[in-house]
Amino acid sequence: MVQALNSALDVMLERDPDVLVFGQDVGYFGGVFRVTDGLQKRHGITRCFDTPITESGIVGAAIGMAAYGLRPVVEIQFADYILPAFDQLVSEAARLRYRSAGQFWAPMVVRTPYGGGIFGGQTHSQSPEAIFAHISGLKTVIPSNPYDAKGLLISAILDDDPVIFLEPKRVYNGPFDGHHDRPLTPWTQHPASEVPEGFYTVPLGKAAIVRAGSQLTVLAYGTMVHVALAAAAEGGFDAEIIDVRSLVPLDLETITASVRKTGRCVIVHEATHTGGFGAELSALVEEHCFYHLEAPTQRVTGFDTPYPHAFEWEYFLGPQRIIDGMKRAMAE
Amino acid sequence: MPLSLHVPTPTRRSGDQPDFTDLQIPPAGVLPRPATDALAADIRELAYGLIRVLDQDGTAVGAWDPKLDTALLRRGLRAMLLTRAFDERMFRAQRQGKTSFYIKCSGEEAIACAQALALDRGDMCFTTYRQQGILITRDYPLVQMMNQIFNNAHDPLKGHQLPILYSARDHGFFSLSGNVGTQYSQAVGWAMASAYRGDERIAAAWIGEGSTATGDFHNALTFAAVYRAPVVLNIVNNHWAISSFDGIAGGEATTFAARGIGYGLPALRVDGNDFLAVYAATRWAVERARANLGATVIELFTYRGEGHSTSDDPTKYRPADAARRWPLGDPIDRLQQHMIRSGAWSEAEHQQLVAEVNDQVRAASAQAEAIGTLKTSRPDIASMFEDVFGQPDDRLLQQRHELGL
Repeated sequence: MVQALNSALDVMLERDPDVLVFGQDVGYFGGVFRVTDGLQKRHGITRCFDTPITESGIVGAAIGMAAYGLRPVVEIQFADYILPAFDQLVSEAARLRYRSAGQFWAPMVVRTPYGGGIFGGQTHSQSPEAIFAHISGLKTVIPSNPYDAKGLLISAILDDDPVIFLEPKRVYNGPFDGHHDRPLTPWTQHPASEVPEGFYTVPLGKAAIVRAGSQLTVLAYGTMVHVALAAAAEGGFDAEIIDVRSLVPLDLETITASVRKTGRCVIVHEATHTGGFGAELSALVEEHCFYHLEAPTQRVTGFDTPYPHAFEWEYFLGPQRIIDGMKRAMAE
Repeated sequence: MPLSLHVPTPTRRSGDQPDFTDLQIPPAGVLPRPATDALAADIRELAYGLIRVLDQDGTAVGAWDPKLDTALLRRGLRAMLLTRAFDERMFRAQRQGKTSFYIKCSGEEAIACAQALALDRGDMCFTTYRQQGILITRDYPLVQMMNQIFNNAHDPLKGHQLPILYSARDHGFFSLSGNVGTQYSQAVGWAMASAYRGDERIAAAWIGEGSTATGDFHNALTFAAVYRAPVVLNIVNNHWAISSFDGIAGGEATTFAARGIGYGLPALRVDGNDFLAVYAATRWAVERARANLGATVIELFTYRGEGHSTSDDPTKYRPADAARRWPLGDPIDRLQQHMIRSGAWSEAEHQQLVAEVNDQVRAASAQAEAIGTLKTSRPDIASMFEDVFGQPDDRLLQQRHELGL
């Protein structure tokens, strides 16, 4: 998946001289997760470069560049560190088009690794997607596999509005299914690891049905797509698993069509429970599928605590908790 | 000895007589004008002194005299008078309920007007809400400004934004946020983009002395220094951030210009009420930026003539006539005095120009009011749902339908 993201940036740097890539440790070194590896060497130091350690400064500069007419793609080293840039994203990038009535806009992408399962503690594990999905004027996208990662990132770069691109870092190197005590399967054995070399897109706002099923619908994104697949297999459920892929814009049609078919819905995310994006999904399912529902929609989420370091695998949402959620959804 | 906490406090408050005797005001014409490739550390005195061109009598003196021709002086004077007339009219309009809000720039007209003339029209300005003089100097239609202020049916920003937070892309005027400080780093990004593209346009940014406390100020200076961005970073020190005097922003022990030196950026401290000094300092910074020498910090030393906004009563926290006693005078009076003294202008011409700008504002006002003002006219309500994204969004379309639109 790291190579797929690298390839997306490479393709876009090659294709469009207005694309710039920058962030902390992004240039010479190629990023702490290696996503920008080799890009500076291939495309030159003014196309891919290192920045001072100030997330709000990086995003502020990117807004100015985007307003000029470039397409900056910035990296925030961990999503946990994006909060200093929150004001620039929420008060500035997200509203520039609106407040100028279309005179200025900010075609920019903020890439940032998110999520747990890496023993990162409070400062390298959080899932802040809901606070961005809440903001009008921002798009929020989360891939779960290499093919989508490249296609969605290219779509995000082509998009004329600011996109928060959250990369589930636990699946950077393989489709982690939540079983931390088993060896990690590499991406090479996964069908979505077939990534075309050149340019292609995966459209924003289209969910993917990663497993067709009839008993219940599971809505997930990022690492949780793989954990949900494991849960369905291990729990023996014929679940229809939907990879939401894009929270804003949201593919409501695919979601509601599935829930109307199955009559049951389980929503899974790593982020803390209260006010999480699962609450929005649950409300939408309620509003659009009420008369098709045979059981209350279940949310299986992170606990409402900060991310604890010593209790990684008690906190991290594994297949068993999803199986329990599926059982609750099937109980009535 | 027990420790004690220092909280800065101004020497004069409401009810006191204004007293500016503590201010160090060096004479005009004494500071050198260095070459534009000077290093920040070699021209420190310019960050601690005060660049002044006009002396007490209105004579232009010293190395910073920009030696402007009469036509440019007249343009500058006209722009300042027009800005003041515009402010007066809009202030009254607010009191008459025609708009919810207005901010005047009284006493600070030389900053926006001289700087607009020192920049090229293509240079992008990231301003605060007190540089309306830039739009006026660049001949942006007054009636458009008023339509925005009134949020009427012809509001160019479709009612999306508060009064006076203009946006005028084709006049090199970046959309005003209303959050203070945030746009300082964006200006640097814009300048970096221009440099990346090999463009010739530069950026200019303005911030109040109060907002130099924000992280965005530090970000901007850091990025500007690191990437040698072609940008002019202005700090308008008008001594008041609503009710907080400049000491609360860190002005007691040093100057705001001196902030630049720590970043390795050349810094100039300028009499902001001296049109010629403002113009000359800005030209110096513009030349540096265009020659790929990077950013300059300019502190424009001035005094806020009136309240922060129409929602503010400054007599609650500072001496009532402080602004009139400002020892560096009024920028319009001083330029007028200079022009008359040098034979480029006469009292009669001045009176005629004042009448002319008043007529121009009155005519624009009549035109805008004919379209409508707050409560009598507004943009199409459906425009509320426009410009959130570049492409239509299903949620917004549905929400619009809920309103029956």
